[in-house]
Amino acid sequence: MKRALKPAEAAEMIPEGAVLLIGGFMGVGSPHRLIDALVERGVGGFTVIANDTARPGKDIGKLIDARLVAKCIVSHIGLNPETQRQMIAGDLEVELVPQGTLVERIRAGGVGLGGVLTATGLGTVVAEGKPTVEVDGKTYLLEKPIRGDFALIGARQCDYVGNLEYTLTAHNFNPVMAMAADTVIAEPHHIMPVGMIPPDAVKTPGVLVDHILERLI
Amino acid sequence: MDAKEVIARRVAQEVREGMLVNLGIGLPSMVANFVPDDMRVFFQAENGVIGLGQRPPDGMEDRDLTDAGGGFVTAVPGAASIDSAMSFGLIRGGHLDMTVLGGLQVDEKGHLANWMVPGKMVPGMGGAMDLVTGARRVIVAMVHAAKGDPKIVPECTLPLTALRRVSLIVTEMAVIEPTDEGLVLRERGPGVAVEDIVAATAARLIVPDEVPEMVLA
Repeated sequence: MKRALKPAEAAEMIPEGAVLLIGGFMGVGSPHRLIDALVERGVGGFTVIANDTARPGKDIGKLIDARLVAKCIVSHIGLNPETQRQMIAGDLEVELVPQGTLVERIRAGGVGLGGVLTATGLGTVVAEGKPTVEVDGKTYLLEKPIRGDFALIGARQCDYVGNLEYTLTAHNFNPVMAMAADTVIAEPHHIMPVGMIPPDAVKTPGVLVDHILERLI
Repeated sequence: MDAKEVIARRVAQEVREGMLVNLGIGLPSMVANFVPDDMRVFFQAENGVIGLGQRPPDGMEDRDLTDAGGGFVTAVPGAASIDSAMSFGLIRGGHLDMTVLGGLQVDEKGHLANWMVPGKMVPGMGGAMDLVTGARRVIVAMVHAAKGDPKIVPECTLPLTALRRVSLIVTEMAVIEPTDEGLVLRERGPGVAVEDIVAATAARLIVPDEVPEMVLA
C-alpha cells in the first residue's frame, strides 16, 4: 500500500533541472495540482517532455509562465504564444517532434527498446542529422528513446496499490509516460479501496507507480 | 455559399460508408457538417477518441472529452477511447482511411507544406506529419490563394510536412489531383472558369478537355 502525498511534498521530491514527462493534451489529463505545486515551490530549470505546453495560465502553460522550463520536447506550441515568445528570445529551448514519433520515443524508453523506426519526418527538417535505416526495401528514420527522471501522471482514479484507470480523451500520453521514468507520481481524481477498479480496467498497473497524490478535496 | 462551405461540402463527398476519418482543426472540421446523418462513419480525434460527436449542450461539457483542438465534444454510440500510442498506431499503421488537413502550400509533386512559416509562425507539426505519412488518403482542404498569393506552386518554398504525395486538393475554385504526370484539374468550382483557375495557380496544371463543375447538394 502506498502513502498519499500532499502536492507540496511531491513537488519537494523534484530537484532543479529534472527531466519531467508530463501527461496531458492541451491540459486534458494533465496532473493539475502537481503543476500548481511546482509553480508554488518555484524551483525550475526543468526539461519538460509533453505533447504541448497548453495555453498561457493553464496547466503546463503555468510552468512556462513561471519560467521554470529550460527546455521542452513537444509536438505543438501553436496555442501558447508565451512558449513561442520565450523560444524566440532564446530563453527556452524547444525541440519539436511529430506527435506519433514523440509518443513512440517515450514508449521505446519505457519498454526497453533502442529506438523507433518510422517513415514520419523523412524528407523534412525533422530528419536532419538523424540516421536512416532500410528494412525490406523501405526507408525509415531512426528516432531515439526518451526517458524522464519523473513522470507526472493524471488519472481518473487509482486504488491503494496504485493501479490507474483513465477516462476518455484524458488517456493521451499518460499510460505511455507511466512506463518511462525513474519515479512515477500519479495524480488521480479519486482514490478507491483495492478491488474497486476491475483488473480489466487497469491501464497502468500499480507496480509502475511510485507515489500517489492525495485525494482531491 | 462562401468559399469554406464550398470546400467543406465538396470534401464531404469523398467520405464513404464505413470509413475512419481524421479531420484537422478549422476548415477541415467543417466537413463533418456535410456528411449525411445516416452514413456510418467514425471520426477520429488524434488525442484519443474514435467516434467523435457534436458539441455537447451548454453546461454539459466534460473536461475529459475534447477534440484535438481542445474544444468540448461528445462521442457517438460505438465510440472508443484510446491512448496516444494507439491513436498514432492507427494513423501510421494504415488503419485510417482518410485525413483532411489544411495547407499553406502544395506543389506539382503533390507535396504539402502546412506546419510552419520560418521566422513568422512556428506552431509545431502536432500530428500532421504522421497523418500525411500514414493515412490511406490525404485530402488538402484550403482556399485557393492567400490574399492573391498562389498556394498551389511549382515547388514548396515552406518546410514540407511529408514526402508523401497527397491524394486530392480541394479549394473553392477547383478539385485537383496530383498524379505521376503532375497536377490534373478534375473539377471547377461553382461558376469558375478554367482560365480563372489557371490564372490563380502558380503550378503547371494538366487540363483535360472536359472539366466539369462541382456538383454541390
